[in-house]
Amino acid sequence: MIINHPLLGPRDATEFVYLGDASMIERPNGFGEDVADAMYEYVYLRDNPAGEHRELWYHEQGDRSWLVVTRNTLTHEITEVALARDVARSKGRSK
Amino acid sequence: MRYNALKILKEGLTGNKGWTPVWREPDPKPEYDIVIVGGGGHGLATAYYLSNKFGITNIAVVEKGWIGSGNVGRNTTLIRANYLLEGNQPFYELSLKLWEGLEQDFNYNAMVSQRGILNLYHSDSQRDAFARRGNAMHLTGSGGELLDEAQIREKCPYLDFDNARFPIKGALWQSRGGTVRHDAVAWGFARGADQKGVDILQNCEVMGFQIENGVCRGVETSRGAIRAKKVAVCVAGSSGRVMSLAGMRLPIESHVLQAFVSEGLKPILPSVITFGAGHFYVSQSDKGGLVFGGDIDGYNTYAQRGNLPVVEDVCEGGMAILPMIGRARLLRMWGGVMDMSMDGSPFIDRTHIDGLYFNGGWCYGGFKATPASGFCYAHLLAKDTPHPVATQLRLDRFQRGAPIDEKGAGPQPNLH
Amino acid sequence: MNQPNRVDGGQIDRATTLKFQFNERWLTAHPGDTLASALLANGVRLVGRSFKYHRPRGIFSAGSEEPNALVQLHKGAALEPNTRATTVEVFDGLYATSQNHRGSLEHDFLAVNDLLSPLLSAGFYYKTFMWPRAFWEKVYEPVIRSAAGLGRLSGKPDPDEYDHGYLHCDVLIIGAGPAGLAAALAAGRAGARVILADEDFRMGGRLNGETYDVGGIAGADWARSAVTELTSMNNVRMMARTTVYGAYDHGIYGALERMTDHRADSGDKPRHVLWRVYSKRAILCAGATERSMAFGNNDRPGVMLAGAVRTYVNRFGVAPGRKVAVFTNNNDGLRTADDLRAKGVDISAVIDARKGEFVVNTTGRKGLKSVQLNTGRKIETDCLAVSGGWSPNVHLSSHHRGRPTWREDIAGFVPGGELPPGMTVVGAAAGTLTLASTLSEAHETATRIAMDLGKSRATGEAPKARDEDFSTAPIWHINEGKNRAWVDLQNDVTTKDVTQSHREGFRSVEHLKRYTTLGMATDQGKTSNMLGLAVMAEASGKTIPETGTTIFRPPYSPVPIGAFAGRARGKNFRPTRLTPSHAWASESGASFVETGAWLRAEWYTRPGEKGWRDSVDREVKATRTAVGICDVTTLGKIDIQGRDAAEFLNKIYANAFLKLPVGKVRYGLMLREDGTVYDDGTTARLSDTHFVMTTTTANAVLVFRNLEFARQCLWPDLDVHLISTTDAWAQFSVAGPKSRALMQKVVDDLDLSNDAFPFMSCAACTVFGGTSARLFRISFSGELAYEIAVPARYGDAMIRAMMAAGEEFNLTPYGTEALGVMRIEKGHVAGNELNGQTDARMIGLDKMVSRKKDFIGAALLDRPEQTREDGLQLVGLRPVDANVNLTAGAHFLSPGDPEDMAHDQGWMTSVAYSPELGHSIGLGFLKRGRDRHGETLRSFSPIRGQDVMVEVCSPHHIDPEGERQRG
Repeated sequence: MIINHPLLGPRDATEFVYLGDASMIERPNGFGEDVADAMYEYVYLRDNPAGEHRELWYHEQGDRSWLVVTRNTLTHEITEVALARDVARSKGRSK
Repeated sequence: MRYNALKILKEGLTGNKGWTPVWREPDPKPEYDIVIVGGGGHGLATAYYLSNKFGITNIAVVEKGWIGSGNVGRNTTLIRANYLLEGNQPFYELSLKLWEGLEQDFNYNAMVSQRGILNLYHSDSQRDAFARRGNAMHLTGSGGELLDEAQIREKCPYLDFDNARFPIKGALWQSRGGTVRHDAVAWGFARGADQKGVDILQNCEVMGFQIENGVCRGVETSRGAIRAKKVAVCVAGSSGRVMSLAGMRLPIESHVLQAFVSEGLKPILPSVITFGAGHFYVSQSDKGGLVFGGDIDGYNTYAQRGNLPVVEDVCEGGMAILPMIGRARLLRMWGGVMDMSMDGSPFIDRTHIDGLYFNGGWCYGGFKATPASGFCYAHLLAKDTPHPVATQLRLDRFQRGAPIDEKGAGPQPNLH
Repeated sequence: MNQPNRVDGGQIDRATTLKFQFNERWLTAHPGDTLASALLANGVRLVGRSFKYHRPRGIFSAGSEEPNALVQLHKGAALEPNTRATTVEVFDGLYATSQNHRGSLEHDFLAVNDLLSPLLSAGFYYKTFMWPRAFWEKVYEPVIRSAAGLGRLSGKPDPDEYDHGYLHCDVLIIGAGPAGLAAALAAGRAGARVILADEDFRMGGRLNGETYDVGGIAGADWARSAVTELTSMNNVRMMARTTVYGAYDHGIYGALERMTDHRADSGDKPRHVLWRVYSKRAILCAGATERSMAFGNNDRPGVMLAGAVRTYVNRFGVAPGRKVAVFTNNNDGLRTADDLRAKGVDISAVIDARKGEFVVNTTGRKGLKSVQLNTGRKIETDCLAVSGGWSPNVHLSSHHRGRPTWREDIAGFVPGGELPPGMTVVGAAAGTLTLASTLSEAHETATRIAMDLGKSRATGEAPKARDEDFSTAPIWHINEGKNRAWVDLQNDVTTKDVTQSHREGFRSVEHLKRYTTLGMATDQGKTSNMLGLAVMAEASGKTIPETGTTIFRPPYSPVPIGAFAGRARGKNFRPTRLTPSHAWASESGASFVETGAWLRAEWYTRPGEKGWRDSVDREVKATRTAVGICDVTTLGKIDIQGRDAAEFLNKIYANAFLKLPVGKVRYGLMLREDGTVYDDGTTARLSDTHFVMTTTTANAVLVFRNLEFARQCLWPDLDVHLISTTDAWAQFSVAGPKSRALMQKVVDDLDLSNDAFPFMSCAACTVFGGTSARLFRISFSGELAYEIAVPARYGDAMIRAMMAAGEEFNLTPYGTEALGVMRIEKGHVAGNELNGQTDARMIGLDKMVSRKKDFIGAALLDRPEQTREDGLQLVGLRPVDANVNLTAGAHFLSPGDPEDMAHDQGWMTSVAYSPELGHSIGLGFLKRGRDRHGETLRSFSPIRGQDVMVEVCSPHHIDPEGERQRG
């Protein structure tokens, strides 16, 4: 596969390491009362769609960017690639 | 029809015209006691054991395509019971025991071949981990031996002992491990279930569940609605897709595992061999092909195909331990969709929806589990209590903090 | 030495004569010959045996679809099984033998299987061999296995080298027949970067085997001129002997180029190169494969595809028979007779199935003698050219989601469904089975694709030819007479097997394949799948498209495993990382051990030492009584800087890090989000905004990856930056009571007294008069100890300088074994304990875990199963009998309990011999272990034949209060 890195252009997927569903960006708060259920869902449950999937890839043999890649799990077609940091900020993550 | 040598002789002399279908092709009935979703190895085994051991015969197995078209039809045929953890090992020992009597039980030769499995190790800490595992195997009566380098040289002189990047220091050996003719498993179970009256419905895709007031009452299929007292899903790689029809999210991701077979060769590998310092395992089929595989591709997919990097990685692993196979040609490669769970271990459990049961999360190890999976699922469906060796294979184990994580890789499916 | 079947013409070099051996018989050939054409030229008809019935087999085709003529090449380690004689280029000295027979090729004892064939029908083995149970492995299976299989492996390492390469192009053109050449000419002239690949050694495809004209000249000559023009274009790469074997994602194709197979001597070049081709577009010009018809005994040597017969006579100048009969259901077959007559070969009959004339049987066990027609006519012939029509080579079009669709007019499947993105199919592969249409279609398609890619130079005219009269009658199976009719020649699948499969309910195409093995042979059913489908359709009363379709998996034709592995074999299987002190250690008697990719010194053998234990015991004693040094560069090192660095670490580690003072080091415990211990190490604060983290060797890369994840994805606005410095610093542990004296001597201007530089201090400093360094007072051995880091380029000098400086203190180098002994004595956990299944409670570090902050792993610490009273806890173990050596991996059982999993109490994780204590010691996990110190248990290890009593104790076998490291 080829991932079109937003900063570096097309790169072979072997330069990357795969993590999984991009929902892992949306980590719930881990401190306080009753945080376990939300964290359980975050850590363990997946939509696992047959179709469009937003997922995290890490450019380990490159610039070490984490990317959010939108890829179809039936066809492997990639329709969007974004820096995960930008996605995280757009989800309201900060410090 | 009983199969035996005499029957073959008789048919052979009369033009092989008396053979009858191995399973019927019935139309769906409006209602069954149990509808099993998924006509793969596990679904057919469940139907077989329900009908042959638990006395429930009003069953339909619904299959989207042709039976055995999933992972039972596209795996590397290994059987073994060399697990480590209490949640798994007794289950796999039951499976191995069932394999050992299976062919006589269902009167079908699935070529269960206990030729032994050799897990190579390359470091002291691997040896220690194998010792722990081997002792767990002894505690469940599965047997096993630690072999040193000299013993391995005697068994497999063509392994790379002298020029290896990761020298072979020893191996865990389980003589009861081996291979099975995988398609025949599906056919044998189908035949045995069909003979007890189980309806096997091919080309029958489940489009939805009939859930009424939190109770599952049946399924909608491409061949019409079918009511059922209990609906038992076992669709392996399609788990996420099918269970989402019931509104469930699972601790499972779908990944592709590629497998490979070489052209036919005269017998040269007596047993199953796994490489401890790379991702590679191999056996030789009765037809002569080297059947081998390695790691999953590592990304979520429902496509039954993989990519080249893993092909190369697997073949590198093969050449690393068996430099003699360089001139053997790879004949076919294919991919199967694996239901990779969060701890690498499976589920056989009720769901929060009454009447809806789930069997899945087999990762790339479902084939060897086929008989025990069917038996334990049948037990759960018939008695509504888990079989004693499957008590830990529950969907809520992550909420309870009891993962069954053989590799210690944590909640990331592609690492298991 | 004469070649009785040689006729005039052909694209061979008759001026040169080559000698080769087949089954120890010397024969001759000419350059341009394949092994198959040379064997035919020499009158050799019997070349192999079939898989199941061991029936005599001859040459069936003239290409890579060959199911029959499989041979072994070479001798010794280079022995190469299952090679198609039709694709082997003859060279001087080629050595080939037949395979899959017991006894000679002519007298194969296993041919008895053929007599038993009524009993060996489809799936017979599923119905018997079940009794008695033990007989399968002992009797039946060995017999079946030795009869099965085809060729042989040598059992010796493959002597050849294989290489990998990467290519990029605008347009990959797969196949250099008329379509491929026309497409390449157009795309090349347009200015696109083109790769033209063909599996044959001579480009031109069918043009080389036919007598068509193109552009007013003979097709083969046109092909040669096209090749000349393409070769002259520097934007076109011509790749003959190159099979594009698979279509992968995003325009990536796999290709195998055979570099030296056609040479007697490889000249030290790699045998094959496995290319990964990155293409913007691909044009599949793979042509079509001729198929046979099923009739009685259609498998005899001498029964051949008609197109192959034309290829042999036209391209190779070889007559496959003296008196040839033609059996056809289409016009193509008729031209075979014309071509043969033109070369003076006798035609004994032309049997046109469309006229109701069929071959129903043949005679001639080891070579065709006659054919019998439905009319009762018997025709003497030694070669029957059969044409059952052509099947487009749709293979690569179905490697993704493509599902071929039926075209009634050509009675064949053409590419359908979703093709691999970027792929276009033209010519015969797309079902365009006539020449002029193929040429213009290829030309126009390639021109358009080049335009799409912005290449718009003129591409000229499409080559001109005449569309031949093509019509096929869908006649597949001559269902007359009782004789077996073969569908799959290699695997011995007959029409009866297909109908029996239907009778038994194996009606899906996939069931048919699996039950009968149809199409599972080394040709992947190229010549048999269509026929099998047709016979199944006939049996079920359905049409062919209703019955199913044919899809193919990679590779298009088989690829050697060695080619996929490339150079990653032997010592080069994976890269090797060496520590900075490696050269010095090698000189100093070190034995090395693989630790992941690293090689580390495991111990240093001194003269007189008889075994590793002598060396390790000495190293431990010297370290504990004087001072030792160990290269610990392999530990991961991560430089962490930024205004928010402390806050970042506080989120990463389970224990508090916000208030770590500058100049101090703290042990850090890192969890996974599920609460399990992930890694541990020390992190030093060099300034307010600058930390240096160490990780375990095994997790160096993974921890860095996770930190980047946390930094970019979880807390993207923290001001923190990371860089891995594992390879930048050479780091040594200096441990033992004399380590302070040694380090004081080595370090410039830094007071190392206990007050000035206490346990868990750190500082940037210089050593040996100005070399920059970092000094940490940390201890893994439990002794007074330091770790000193210098820039990696000084690592070798550093160890040598340290050894010189340490001579007066008896400085002793120690390896990973001594390191392990000392950490087990001290009760420190390492990889055997932190194996991904361990939480902080188990190792007694739960009190260290903060309950006052959020951090990775904070939320999932207290699930019910994690807080069980009978949870596993780390303990020390010692043998009741001090002479016993404990073994890791043993399980603990209470005395008197049964030996089963329900009574399993835990296991031994690590063991060592403690020179200080004078006996073996261990660490382990034991249920409720901390409450059970003093208890005696069985340490049960049946896998090692050990069953001994052990006493549970504190994991801190020595210096439990930690006085030494603080002193």
